[in-house]
This record gives sequence, C-alpha cells and structure tokens, in this order.
Amino acid sequence: MINLQGVTRRYGTHAAVSDVSLRIPKGSLVALIGPSGSGKTTLLRLMDLLERPTAGRLLFDGVDTDGTEKERLALRRRMAMVFQKPVPLSTTVEGNVAAGLRYRKVPKEEIRARVAAALAIVGLSHLADRYAASLSGGEMQRVALARALVTEPELLLLDEPTANLDPENTSLIEDLIRRVNRNQGTTIVLSTHDMGQGQRLAGTLALIMQGRVHQSGRAQDLYSSPVTQEAARFMGFENLWEGTVMEMEEDLTRIEIGGSRITTVTDAGVGESVTACIRAEDLTLLPAGARQGSARNTLAGTITRIALHGSFARVTVDAGFPVTALVTHRSADEMALSEGQPICIAFKATAVHVIRRADHSPAAVS
Amino acid sequence: MNEILDGFYQAVHLIITLNPEVMEITVRTLEISLISTAIATIISVPLGGLIHFREFRGKRVLVTLIQTLYALPTVIAGLFVFLLISRAGPFGFLRLLFTPGGMVLAQSLLILPIMTGLTLTALSGVERSTRDTIISLGATEVQTILSLVHEARFAILGSVALGFGRAISEVGAAMMIGGNIRGFTRVLTTAIALETSMGNISLSLALGIILLAIALVVNLLVHMVQQERVSLD
Repeated sequence: MINLQGVTRRYGTHAAVSDVSLRIPKGSLVALIGPSGSGKTTLLRLMDLLERPTAGRLLFDGVDTDGTEKERLALRRRMAMVFQKPVPLSTTVEGNVAAGLRYRKVPKEEIRARVAAALAIVGLSHLADRYAASLSGGEMQRVALARALVTEPELLLLDEPTANLDPENTSLIEDLIRRVNRNQGTTIVLSTHDMGQGQRLAGTLALIMQGRVHQSGRAQDLYSSPVTQEAARFMGFENLWEGTVMEMEEDLTRIEIGGSRITTVTDAGVGESVTACIRAEDLTLLPAGARQGSARNTLAGTITRIALHGSFARVTVDAGFPVTALVTHRSADEMALSEGQPICIAFKATAVHVIRRADHSPAAVS
Repeated sequence: MNEILDGFYQAVHLIITLNPEVMEITVRTLEISLISTAIATIISVPLGGLIHFREFRGKRVLVTLIQTLYALPTVIAGLFVFLLISRAGPFGFLRLLFTPGGMVLAQSLLILPIMTGLTLTALSGVERSTRDTIISLGATEVQTILSLVHEARFAILGSVALGFGRAISEVGAAMMIGGNIRGFTRVLTTAIALETSMGNISLSLALGIILLAIALVVNLLVHMVQQERVSLD
C-alpha cells in the first residue's frame, strides 16, 4: 500500500527522517515505535502527503506521490490521518465528522447517514450536536477517529492515538483500531512510544530511532533480538556488556567481559567485539558460593544498590562491571539482600542476546 | 457654554423629530459606507486567504507594503482616485467624479489594505495544526482557504467592523471625490465640516451624535457576536 524508498526529510540542516525504506503491505497493521522525537510523526506526515520528501521516493498503491498538488490531493483523499493532539474545527461534533465528506462533495443525505454511522461506531451519537471545542480529550480523540473513518480510507494513519488518554479510553481506542483493520481491511500505520501497545496491536513493528529504521519485523523478534545497542536499550535490555569473543566449542561461544567469561549462543567469530545483552528479569540472584545446574553462567559480585520498584526490587551488583537484576520483593526479603553483601548472579546461555559489531550501523530493513 | 448646551438640545430635537435633511444624510452615509465595506470585504478576505496560503517570492515585502498602507492618509486615497476618475484620467469616461459611486470606489480602496492585513493576521491566528487537519481531511486549496476563514471568522469580523469604522468616519476622500453636494453626495462627515464652518453648531452636533451612535451600535454588535464565540468555546 505504501512503499518508502530511501526517504529523507530535512528541515534546514536537521534530518528528521533519513534514508528510510519501508514497505507497508495492503491490509496490514504496522506500528512505528520509538522514543519521542525520533521522526515517527514526520514519517506519518510524509505518508499523508502533508510533506514532500527531501530525497527518496514514496509510492502509494504503486503510484509515485511526487506529483502536482492536484494529483497528491486525489491520493490524499484515499487516506486519513488522526493527529496526536486532534484539533476540533469550530463547529459541532457532527460538523467535524462531516468535514471530509463535504470536501469530497458527497450528497447531503448520504453525509448525514454516514456521519451518524461513524459516530455510532465510536460511541458518541449522543454528542452529535455538541460544540466540538467543549469535548474532553478522550471524546475529541474519538471524534477525530470518526472524522477519519467516515471517509472510508484505504490507509489510516494514527499518530500516538492514545498518548494522552486514560487506560479506559486507551483500550476503547485500541479495540476500535483492531476492529477497523480486521473488519474493513483498512491498512493502518500507527506510531507509538509504548512497546506494549505495539505488541498488542501490530503484526509488524518498525523501530524508528534518530530518523532511521533501526529494525523491523514481528514484535517478538524485535523484543528478543534487537540489532543495535540503542534498539536493545529501547526494548528494555538493561544490561549491555561490551566484550570480545574468546573461544567457541560446539554451538556455544565464550565471551570475555571485564575479566569474567560468559557462555552464549551466537554466530560471532573468535576475536570479534560484541555486546552481550540480557534483561534484568532473566538474571537470578543466589547466595555467594552457590552453584546452580541449569544456568551455565555465574558471576560473583557485591551488591551496590537496592531500589524498590513496585513489587520488584532492582538490584545493582558490581561484578567487575555493573549488573542490574530484577527480583521479586519476596525473594529479596527471603535472601535478606543488603547493600555491600557478596552475591552470585546466574543466567542461562540462551538468555544472552549478542549484538555483533558489524550489526551496529542501522540497516534499512523492508 | 450656553451656546453648546443650546446646540445640544436642538441636536436632540432634530434627531427625535426625524429631521428630513439629517435622516437623508444619515441614510446616504450608511449606504456608501456599507457598500464600500462590502466591496472591500469581498476582495480583502479571499486576497488575504490567498496571500496567507500561498508561498511566493516577495511575500514578506507585500505584507509589509500592505501594513504600511494601513496608515494611508484619506486625502492621498482621495487624490489617487481623483486622478483616476477625473475627466482627463484613465477612467474619466465612467463619469464617477462627484458621485456616490466615486465615493464608494475611494472608500473601498482606502480600507482595502487594513482589511486585507487584518485578514492575514486573523488567519495567522489559526493554529498550524488546524490547517494540517483541514488539508489532511481532503480539502482543495479553495476549500482550505474557506475553512480557514471559517475558523477565523470572529477575528475577520473584527477587521470588517474596523474597515466600516474607517470608511464612515473619513472626511478627506469623501470631500475630494464626492464634493459635498447637498442632497447627492453630502455625508455625515462632510456635512459636519461644512455646517461647523458655517456656524450651524446644532446641526453639526446632531450629525456628530448620530455618527457616534452608529459607531457604538457597530461595536456592540461585534462584541455580542464575539461573546457568543466565547460561550461556544
């Protein structure tokens, strides 16, 4: 449906989006995920044809979008976008939802029927005559969604659709997004900084950082196998240890990190510099000197800090390099953990995700 | 002092008894100023919309020029139109000099810059995101400008009211182009100037009170409409 080929968008000297190649198939639900200011909004604005790429090509349904304003308008009328902070036009809710149809010169009677239907879908029929500027944030978000849906777009672009909403409104909007994608077959691209939302909604995720696609693919692949340190950090890997591959035996690889050796599973060759990534929750804490059979790796260290984190305790250990582990409150109590105490950290070889240096430069993935 | 008070009583008397000459001048004044304002609105709002919406070379210079012309002296506008429509001028064949039509032309030209400039300001007051929303919803260029004008309608109404105020209160162009011909081109301002110089203080005062009353009514109306907007928001 949308095909970006090496798209760059610069403002002055600053590149908000640089060399992005991304293919979004018809009927898919794709999430652009990344921290604030990473270029997600600019990407969506490019797709909505509100901006032109400084370089590269953007195809919509196989058609190059770099045409005249008239040609771009014709394509734009086949899509719809909901902005992060939806703006009410200064008229009633009904007038707001009707706007796109009025611009398309749809007959009055048909507008009335379709607006009523769209308002029913978002559950706001009772507010049709209200002045839109008087709505709450959640209501306005739903009006904006109805305003977009009423034109029956082939492509729906949603910029942080639930960023400013309470949990109740969030799940309502997420349900709607899923239904529109499934029932109408509408292609949806949404941006979010919330990994959970990306996972809940989208089949495919594209991780956007500093204006580039760092990685794209299925949610679980992004989650388990980030290809760059930045991606790993964004995906919640708290421990990123830089080291060197020392030896390989069968399918296991031993990596030296700050004087300790750990066993991992990776394709990296001997002598290669790598980053070993492991989630804080994949680390187990054991009393100093203990050995555990199933975990191949043990590191000895001293607890430097214990911070409470809801029902968990975040334990920082000095093992020659800093290590962060997440244990339940209860086990922290049972082991009577305290700062300055010697401790043993255990983890499985398969829990370590290894990023090879060669992978560091973010590649354009389609 | 007595003379002024006396003049004031007589003025009120002239108004209350609907003195034919006073009424006739008032109606003509309203006609000329309203038509001028209508013409200037029809030109300045789309023009302001186009200048606001389009990006082109020299846009800054044009906007600065328009803003400079806010202070266009009425006699200069009068002189300019005089040159255009006098017998020897390029539009002399229209025979507009010393007619209400000529006055309408002069007043429209006079208030065009300030109304265009204030339309621009009003449209700039509409958030960038509102414009993006309108474009994203599939509006053509013309539809976008119309929608933006609709969003800025209360501010634009203010510019229309200001244009009307300037048209009805100016005397220079009205005198030069209209000629203050009794029963034909005499308007409130030119009548006040003439009657005062002739010592007819009461008549001048009556006309002055009417002029002020019109300004007051226009202001009240605009204020009421804008209050409406506040209650809507």
